[in-house]
Amino acid sequence: MKPWQVIAPGALTTVQDRGREGWRHVGVSRAGALDLDAAALANRLLGNDSDAAVLELTLQGPTLKLAQPARIAIVGAAVAATSNGHPLPGQRPLTVPAGELKLGGIREGVRAWLSVAGGFDLPVILGSRSTDLRGGFGGKEGRALRAGDLLPLGKSPPTITAAPQKTAWWIGADDYDCGIAHPLRYVSSGHPAAAALAERAWSVSADANRQGIRLRGQPLPNIPHHNVSEPVAVGCIQLPADGQPIILLADAQTVGGYARLGYVIAADLPRLAQAGPGAVLAFAAVGIDEARRINLQHRHRQARTALAIDRQLARHP
Amino acid sequence: MSQPTFEPLADNALLVRFGKIIDAAHNARALDAARQLRERNPSWLRDAVPAYASLAVFFDSGRIDAADPHAFVAAQLRATLRNQETATAPIAKIIDIPVCYEPEMAPDLAEAASELGIAADELIQRHSSASYAVAMIGFAPGFPYLLGLPDSLALPRLTTPRTRVPAGSVAIGGNQTGIYPRESPGGWRLLGRTPLVLFDAARAAPALLTPGDQVRFQRIDTAAFERWLKEP
Repeated sequence: MKPWQVIAPGALTTVQDRGREGWRHVGVSRAGALDLDAAALANRLLGNDSDAAVLELTLQGPTLKLAQPARIAIVGAAVAATSNGHPLPGQRPLTVPAGELKLGGIREGVRAWLSVAGGFDLPVILGSRSTDLRGGFGGKEGRALRAGDLLPLGKSPPTITAAPQKTAWWIGADDYDCGIAHPLRYVSSGHPAAAALAERAWSVSADANRQGIRLRGQPLPNIPHHNVSEPVAVGCIQLPADGQPIILLADAQTVGGYARLGYVIAADLPRLAQAGPGAVLAFAAVGIDEARRINLQHRHRQARTALAIDRQLARHP
Repeated sequence: MSQPTFEPLADNALLVRFGKIIDAAHNARALDAARQLRERNPSWLRDAVPAYASLAVFFDSGRIDAADPHAFVAAQLRATLRNQETATAPIAKIIDIPVCYEPEMAPDLAEAASELGIAADELIQRHSSASYAVAMIGFAPGFPYLLGLPDSLALPRLTTPRTRVPAGSVAIGGNQTGIYPRESPGGWRLLGRTPLVLFDAARAAPALLTPGDQVRFQRIDTAAFERWLKEP
């Protein structure tokens, strides 16, 4: 398979898979797709392994030059995508011809994941092809894509088409709303200010990135904290002295000295991936047993979607 | 010894806290519990992350046959911690780190010495004659937080952090000392630089230092620093 060429890189396009496990004790972040479910489904739609590397698109996608036809899928928020000028829908398998694949602006969210049959074949470093932007390794030379980059592809059966082909079926797009009707659920650490998180309206500040989301709202009380750095995890909600909470995402550092209000449950992390600057967030506290029940339901739903995809692919390969 | 507390850190992680101060005894318990877990290597263990006075255990709940995985892991840890009463600590690996304290690599040395009211040479002498323990790694891949800085060398952080700290910079921030593995922003006071590569994701052992190691700084001159860079 001939590599793809990056014509324009987009706002922040990185190579990601499921991320790194087992290296946090030497300071290595998880990295990986901010919405692991979306990345896994993008792969499933093409029959890839669930940990094949995909591109994570942010706000504005890249323009790519394809030397030959390819099978692809775009999952996540709505992307204004075209193949040689023909519009492409998301959330389903597509076959696109050689030429220009343009991923434009992203709406109703800020991120989407682009998979290709065979995956992006970049070196596996510490068990993953994910880009670690802070560590400067993984993915494409440890950084976001740039114009002129070549993206090697894994092996896949050859595809022939002169015009884009799409399936007549697709998977339902998720509702990424995090507002009052659909609050982010969190398990409280028992910190005295943790309950107040659910009682106020918050918005996402302009400096949100893959490390974390800083919230803006009426400050939470500054309660004296021991400030001794402790390990943190993806989803942890920190409370700095200014009272504006920070939610840690996949590229967050592995230890932190701020007080912790609790953590956003696993089932709701995908929605956080779509919370761009200015997005309104509401929170609801859940007990740990309820969190487990919700996470289990979420995994079952993912599994049902994956099986439905497999059935469709078996019928109309 | 006080009783540790247990707290869910995430859906897939449990935090064990031994205390709320930076303390060698708390750290030793965290390091030892992490080591014991790694040696046992249960199928559910994903990572054991020690810090100054706490330990995070990351697990795969799909490999835990219990309704409450956090409680299951807490029970496993309580058993591990009971072993600590009788266990003897393994002998720590000692790693010598060459450091060039010459002015071009130590932009904050002269001012730091004057703030402490000692000569620059005295600061270097005290910094390089102490022995340090790697309490934890964090901030960036391979960044060691070291215990053992003489109290007389504690220095406040810069009021405005630098946007660029060169890789290998050896620094003091408050009563802590550490080494920047990679060029990054940072607010600690830069006293010297090592030619060693602290973290290289392509190495079989990517991090030069791991929690529990002992570190000594060895003063080298600029010529030796340049030689190290050419022939590591």
